[in-house]
Amino acid sequence: MSQSRDNSLPTSHFTRALIYTALLIFAVYYLLPLFVMLTNSLKTLDEIRAGNMLALPRSITIEPWLKAWDSAQIGVDPSGLKPYFMNSVLMVIPAVLISTMLGAINGYILTKWNFRGAGVMFGLMLFSCFIPFQIVLIPMARVLGLIGLAGTTSGLVLVHVVYGIGFTTLFFRNYYNAFPDELVRAALLDGAGFFRIFWRILLPSSGPIIVVTIIWQFTNIWNDFLFGASFADFDSQPITVALNNLVSSSTGVKEYNVHFAGAILAALPTLIVYIVSGRYFVRGLMAGSVKG
Amino acid sequence: MISSSSSRLLDKIRAWLPALVLSPSFAAILLFVYGFIIFTGYLSLTDSRLLPSFDFVGLINYQKLLGLRHWNTALKNLAIFGGLYISICVILGLLLAILLDQKIRVEGILRPIYLYPMALSFIVTGTAWKWFLDPGFGLEHTMQTWGFLDFQFRWIKDRNMAIYTIVIAAVWQSSGFVMAMFLAGLRGIDTEIMKAAQIDGAGNFQLYRRIVLPQLRPAFLSAFVVLTHLAIKTYDLVVAMTNGGPGRATEVPATFMYSYTFTRSQMGIGSGSAVIMLAMIASIMVPYLYAELRQGGKT
Amino acid sequence: MAFLDIIGVTKRFGSVKVLHEINIGVEEGEFLVLVGPSGCGKSTLLNMIAGLEIVSSGEIRIRDSRINEVHPSQRDIAMVFQSYALYPNMTVGGNMAFGLEMHGISKSERQALVKEVAELLQITPLLDRKPSQLSGGQRQRVAMGRALVRDPDVFLFDEPLSNLDAKLRVDMRTEIKKLHLKLGTTTVYVTHDQIEAMTLSTRIAVMMDGHLQQIGSPAEIYQLPSNLFVAGFMGSPPMNLIPAKIVNGNDGIALHVSLHSGEMTALNLYQPSPGLLNQVGREVILGLRPESITDPDSADRNSPANQPLLNRIIITETAGSDTFVKTMLGGVEITSRMRGDSEVSANSDASLVVDMSKAVLFDPQSEQRIS
Repeated sequence: MSQSRDNSLPTSHFTRALIYTALLIFAVYYLLPLFVMLTNSLKTLDEIRAGNMLALPRSITIEPWLKAWDSAQIGVDPSGLKPYFMNSVLMVIPAVLISTMLGAINGYILTKWNFRGAGVMFGLMLFSCFIPFQIVLIPMARVLGLIGLAGTTSGLVLVHVVYGIGFTTLFFRNYYNAFPDELVRAALLDGAGFFRIFWRILLPSSGPIIVVTIIWQFTNIWNDFLFGASFADFDSQPITVALNNLVSSSTGVKEYNVHFAGAILAALPTLIVYIVSGRYFVRGLMAGSVKG
Repeated sequence: MISSSSSRLLDKIRAWLPALVLSPSFAAILLFVYGFIIFTGYLSLTDSRLLPSFDFVGLINYQKLLGLRHWNTALKNLAIFGGLYISICVILGLLLAILLDQKIRVEGILRPIYLYPMALSFIVTGTAWKWFLDPGFGLEHTMQTWGFLDFQFRWIKDRNMAIYTIVIAAVWQSSGFVMAMFLAGLRGIDTEIMKAAQIDGAGNFQLYRRIVLPQLRPAFLSAFVVLTHLAIKTYDLVVAMTNGGPGRATEVPATFMYSYTFTRSQMGIGSGSAVIMLAMIASIMVPYLYAELRQGGKT
Repeated sequence: MAFLDIIGVTKRFGSVKVLHEINIGVEEGEFLVLVGPSGCGKSTLLNMIAGLEIVSSGEIRIRDSRINEVHPSQRDIAMVFQSYALYPNMTVGGNMAFGLEMHGISKSERQALVKEVAELLQITPLLDRKPSQLSGGQRQRVAMGRALVRDPDVFLFDEPLSNLDAKLRVDMRTEIKKLHLKLGTTTVYVTHDQIEAMTLSTRIAVMMDGHLQQIGSPAEIYQLPSNLFVAGFMGSPPMNLIPAKIVNGNDGIALHVSLHSGEMTALNLYQPSPGLLNQVGREVILGLRPESITDPDSADRNSPANQPLLNRIIITETAGSDTFVKTMLGGVEITSRMRGDSEVSANSDASLVVDMSKAVLFDPQSEQRIS
C-alpha cells in the first residue's frame, strides 16, 4: 500500500512516541509465540526444564529438529514427520493445480459467456465456500469408500478440489469482471473461439490472480486438519494431523523442543510462501472476504 | 459464408460450450455440497448410530440434542468464544489499523508481523499457545523462575477458564487479518474529506468518530461476517489446544459433531448438530452474499 | 439492394423492444454514421451487424447474401471498439496479426500485411510494444490498424474517439476521414457526438429510443431535420425552436411571434408550401438555426428572404470566431450566432436579420416537420 493516500493526523512528538510504543508492543505480542517455538526448539529438554521459555538457548542443538523430522514417535511408528510432510506435498500440489485451473475456466465462463442461470450457479458455488464442513463429513466418507478412494491421498485431493472450486472461481470471476467484454468481442471478430480466447487472451494476462489463487489454495489445503483427520489413513495423513498426534500423545515425557521443531516444520512451507509473496497473500485474504 | 446444417450443429455446440465446460464443476458442487447437505439433513431425522440408517424417526435427534449437557456446553462456549473473539478482533484490528495509518515509517515491517499468524495452521497456533500457557512450561513457570513465586496462570487447566485461552490464541491468529481489512478501508477514504473535516474544526477524536468510522461500515460488516463464520467453524484450534478438555469444558459445536458422529456412534445426533451449524452460518452468510452479489451488479 | 442492407431489423430483450424495424441501406464506399443519445440503440445495431448480438427479427445482408447466422469472424468485417480492446498480453504487432493468424494466413504474409498497415498509420516504431506502454492516441491507431489489416468489406466503429481528449479527438477525426478517402471501404460509425457525425459522414442516420428518426446527407439533416428531436439534437448550438402562429400578413402568409417586449411581430414565410395557405390560425414551431437570426453584418447577403427584427439582447457570449447572443422570441430564449467582432451588448435593443429562406416548420403535436 502506498503512502500517498495517508489519513495521518497532525500529532505532537509525544503522541507519536506513544503510537510507536503501542505498535512495538503489539509486534512483540505477535512475535512472542514464534520466538518461543524457535528458541526452545534449539534447546535440550534439560535446559528447558532448568530455565524458562523466554531465555535464549545456552548451547544450540539441532537434535530436536532431527528427531521431529525422522524419528519422533507418531502413532505407532517412530517415523518422525517426514513421511507425513511428503503426504501433504503429494496432496497439495495436484489439489492446488486442479482447483486453480477449474476456477480459472469457471471464472472466464461466468464473466464472459453469461448465460441464463449463471448468476444462480455462481451464488450456489460461492455459498459452498462457507459451509461448515461437518455437514459433508458423513456422506463424503461413504462416497470415498464407494469409489475406492477412502484413506488415500487421491481421495484427499478430490475433497480439496471440490471444496476449493468455490473460492478459486470467485477469485477468477472477480478478476475477469474487470476485463473489458470488448476484448472478447474483438477476439470473436478476429476469429478466435471459446477456448482460444481463454488460452490466448485471458490466461496470459492472469498472472497476478493465478499467484493469488495458488497461494490461497496452498495455504488452506496445507493447513487443513478436519479433512485430513476424517478421511486419511495412517499412510496418507497430512502433516497437520501428524503434528497433532505428536503433540497430544499422552505417553512419556513432553518433549516440548521436539513439538516446537515439528510445529515449525509444519508451518514452514506456508510461512515461506508468506514471506516470499506476502503481497499476494493479503490480496487473496481480501478477495476472499470482499465479494461482488 | 454458406450456413449448411452441419455448421448449424456446430453453432449449437458453440452456444452450449460455456455451459458444458462449467457443468462438471457445477455438478460437483451440487452433489458434494448440496446433495451432501440433504443427505446429512436426512440422517439427522433417522436413527443412524454407528452406520447410516434410513429409518425415519422425525425430530427426536433434535429433541435429544437440546437435552444433552455437552451440546449445551458447546453452545455456551460458542457464545462466549464467538462474542469475545469477534469483538476483540474487531477492536484490536481497528486500533492497529488506525495506528498504522499515521504515516508510520516502519509500516512495511510491522504489517507483515501482525499478519503472519494468518498463514499458520491452527494446529501450529494451538501447539504454540498450548505450551505457552502451560503452567509447567510456559508463562507461569517463566514468571516463577523470574522470582514472582506467587504468579499463577493456569486457565488452560481450569474448567471454567479454558475457553478463554482459546480466545487468546484465536485472536492472536486472526486480528492481523482484521487489521488488514480496516487498513484497506482507511486507505480507501478520500483524503479530501478528511481535510474538509479538519477545516470544519473536527478534532482527532471527532474526526474518527464522525467521519472515518461511518465510512468503514463495509469493512466492519465484512470483518463481522468473516469472523462469525470462522468462529462457528472453529475446530482445529480447540483440538490442538485442549482437545475439548479439561473434561469436556471446551466443547464447541464442531468438536461435538465430530465426537458424537465418529467416536460415540451417535450419527443421527451428530448430523443434527451439523445441520444446526449450517443453519447458523447460513443465517449470516446468505443475506450477506446476496447483498454483495446484488451490489456487484449483473453484467 | 445496397451493399449492406438492414431490413426490418428488430431487437428484443425479453419483452422489451430496443430496436424497432430499422431499415437502412448502405452503398459500397459509403461512410454512414449512426448518431443518437446514449441508449438509443445505435450500438446494439452495430453489434448486430458485427454478429455480436442476435437479430430478433429482420435481416442483415452484405452483397445481397443474408448474414444473420454467419459467425462474426466469417462476415468479412472489422471493428474498432470504444475501449480499443487491445489484447494486453500481445505486442502491437501481435494484436494486428492475431485475426490474420486465426484465419490461417501464413506468418510471412501476416508480417508483410502488418508492416504495410503499420506504415500507413505511422505506427511502425510501436510494433514491439505492449498496449500498456502506449498513449491513448497510439492505442487508437493500433486499434484501427488491427481493423485495417484484415482488409474487410465493412468497417465498424463503435465510438472510437470518445476516450480521447478534445484536441486528439479532432486530429483523429481528420485522420479517419483521410483514411476513408484513401481506402474507400464501406464504413458504419457509431457516435453520440453530432459534430463527429456531421464532419465524417457521407450519410447520417439519427436514432432515438430504438427508432430511426431520419437518414440523409449531413446537409439534409442540418437544414431539413424531419422532426423536433433531430432539430434539437443535431447542430451546436442546436436549432432554435420558436412557438409561432400562421397568420395572413401584408405580403402573403406569415408567422406571428412575440418579441422580448411582448409585442407581436410578423415574419413572412418564404415560398410557403401550398398546403400551408389554408392553415391560417394554426400553431406551429418555427425552426431557425442560430446563424439564421443574426445581426445585419453577419447575415447571408445572398439570401432571398432576409427580414429585419428589433429585439432586446439578454446576454452575449464571445467565443473567438463567433459571438453567441441570447434573445427572447416566441416566449423562449433563443441563440443567435454573430461574427466574433460583432458589437451588440447586453440589455440593449439591437436590430437583427432573420433568414426566412432557412426556416422550417414543425407541428407541435406530432413534432414532425411540415414545411
